[in-house]
Amino acid sequence: MRSTFIIAFRDLNAFFKSPIFYVLTAVFLILFNYIFFNILNFFSFQSMQAAQFQGQMGGMGLNLNDMVVQPALHNMGVILLLMIPLITMRSFSEEKKNKSVNLLLSSPVQLHEIVIGKFLACFLVVATMIALTLISIGLLFYVGEPEFGPVATSYLGMLLMASCYISVGVFASSLTDNQIVAAVMSFGFTLFMWIIGWGAQAAGSDFGELLKYLSLIDHLDPFFKGMLDMGDLGYYISVILFGLFLTHRTLDSNRWR
Amino acid sequence: MISVDGLTKFYGPRQAIKQLTFNVEKGEVVGFLGPNGAGKSTTMNILSCIIPASGGSAKINGYDIFEESLEIKKIIGYLPEIPPLYPDMIVSDYLRFAAGIRSVPKNKIDEAVETALEKCWLKDVKHRIAGRLSKGFQQRVGLAQALIHEPEILILDEPTIGLDPLQIIEIRKLIKELSKDRTIILSSHILPEITQICQRVVIINEGEIAAVDSLEGLTASLRKTERIQLSIRKGQDQAIEILEKIQGVTSVSQNDKGEFQIECELGSNLQDDIARTTLDNKWGLVELKQTAVSLEDVFLKLTTEEAQV
Repeated sequence: MRSTFIIAFRDLNAFFKSPIFYVLTAVFLILFNYIFFNILNFFSFQSMQAAQFQGQMGGMGLNLNDMVVQPALHNMGVILLLMIPLITMRSFSEEKKNKSVNLLLSSPVQLHEIVIGKFLACFLVVATMIALTLISIGLLFYVGEPEFGPVATSYLGMLLMASCYISVGVFASSLTDNQIVAAVMSFGFTLFMWIIGWGAQAAGSDFGELLKYLSLIDHLDPFFKGMLDMGDLGYYISVILFGLFLTHRTLDSNRWR
Repeated sequence: MISVDGLTKFYGPRQAIKQLTFNVEKGEVVGFLGPNGAGKSTTMNILSCIIPASGGSAKINGYDIFEESLEIKKIIGYLPEIPPLYPDMIVSDYLRFAAGIRSVPKNKIDEAVETALEKCWLKDVKHRIAGRLSKGFQQRVGLAQALIHEPEILILDEPTIGLDPLQIIEIRKLIKELSKDRTIILSSHILPEITQICQRVVIINEGEIAAVDSLEGLTASLRKTERIQLSIRKGQDQAIEILEKIQGVTSVSQNDKGEFQIECELGSNLQDDIARTTLDNKWGLVELKQTAVSLEDVFLKLTTEEAQV
């Protein structure tokens, strides 16, 4: 276990010492906050309208959780979809390219410790990025009264979905020594996992259900509504573990080639 | 200490090494010699448990490379052909990392890093970024990485490749120093290096062992012929023909300086005959001397035609 942390710590250090982390985080926060500001603006406009026509429509359905937090996090999911491949692409590709992977492989460390270490480093980077958006969301608590529960579960769901992206990204990175190929593959994989549910209608009822179940995004809604469903939790955790398992197998089979 | 038995490795249909069998005793310095692509790196990768073998077995300190690779990795230090550096890391940070994953206890890491820096003369560059160092320094950092956990066995894959002559001398000195209390396997295709550092040589060619012997043994066993070098002033055009007729001469060739290399049967002592022939033909004798068979010749001989000595 100690080796896992040592590997994760080294990777984290590499992230924080390189411009990649700062550029990505800055771009991510600018995009997110711009979207967040506009959503909030739209919400306050609607609230004002509702106040003017009080009595006719009332403030029905106007609440910060549904109309601000949820769409903002939905958009965050899309931005992360574009950014996480750029974070995970280095994991193994870079090591393979400059042959430093031989240091890991000739050390008394087991493969799964390496894989988890790499995953952990990327996870902590992404978690830091997501945590920084809490500043904007936190402002809502200052100016309004959103419910805390759904915000917390939404963030948990977002972290889980981001972990799925990371797991897939780390796997893609283990397949090649070219970082761009790794990024494109992981972007392709994750986007496909997002939209896989779209084929449900064409696929007919049974197979369609399966496609719908596999879709990453469909499992997020309950989290946004403040529900912690074991099924959804289980789905995300299985995707993460499956990605890590595939990474492990890939690294193992690379040794044989 | 290291016993290898029938080790085989396939890369797809290509057989990289075939039935390697050899032993290394504790405290020995063994050189792997072979042309490029002979299977030296493959063998070293297998011994350091980075890649698995396709067949055969090997034991290091009694641990099996298949079953107990984790134990083996604890007692070996490996310097691959390309030093496994992180180009954007500072040397001392890199060595701490290496010490950490090589399971040096936490409270001993500082000490281990200091010792490694000192041994490899890296103190002056410890705050510099590994990727910006010259090749020679990078090689030394690679070596420091292999030494960091005080391994009993060092496996060095072409430790002097890409270095300038001065650095080569330094690295050799270092390896000699290290060999005092360690078992070392190193590979090279540079012959003088092997002659200077190693006690025993394993010559590999096309994945097979061509010879395993001490240096003296190798040169002696190859002296099936004696070589005499002759230089003359004139009559070069007919000399080969006439010289070849002398009893006991196996072959005559002329090198690019115009000197004749005469291969004779062992113990035939043909100097007299050759001198007489030269004088009789009035070629104008300039020089006549017996030349020793060098390791270079052994190597060439083994890797070009004969499989066994």
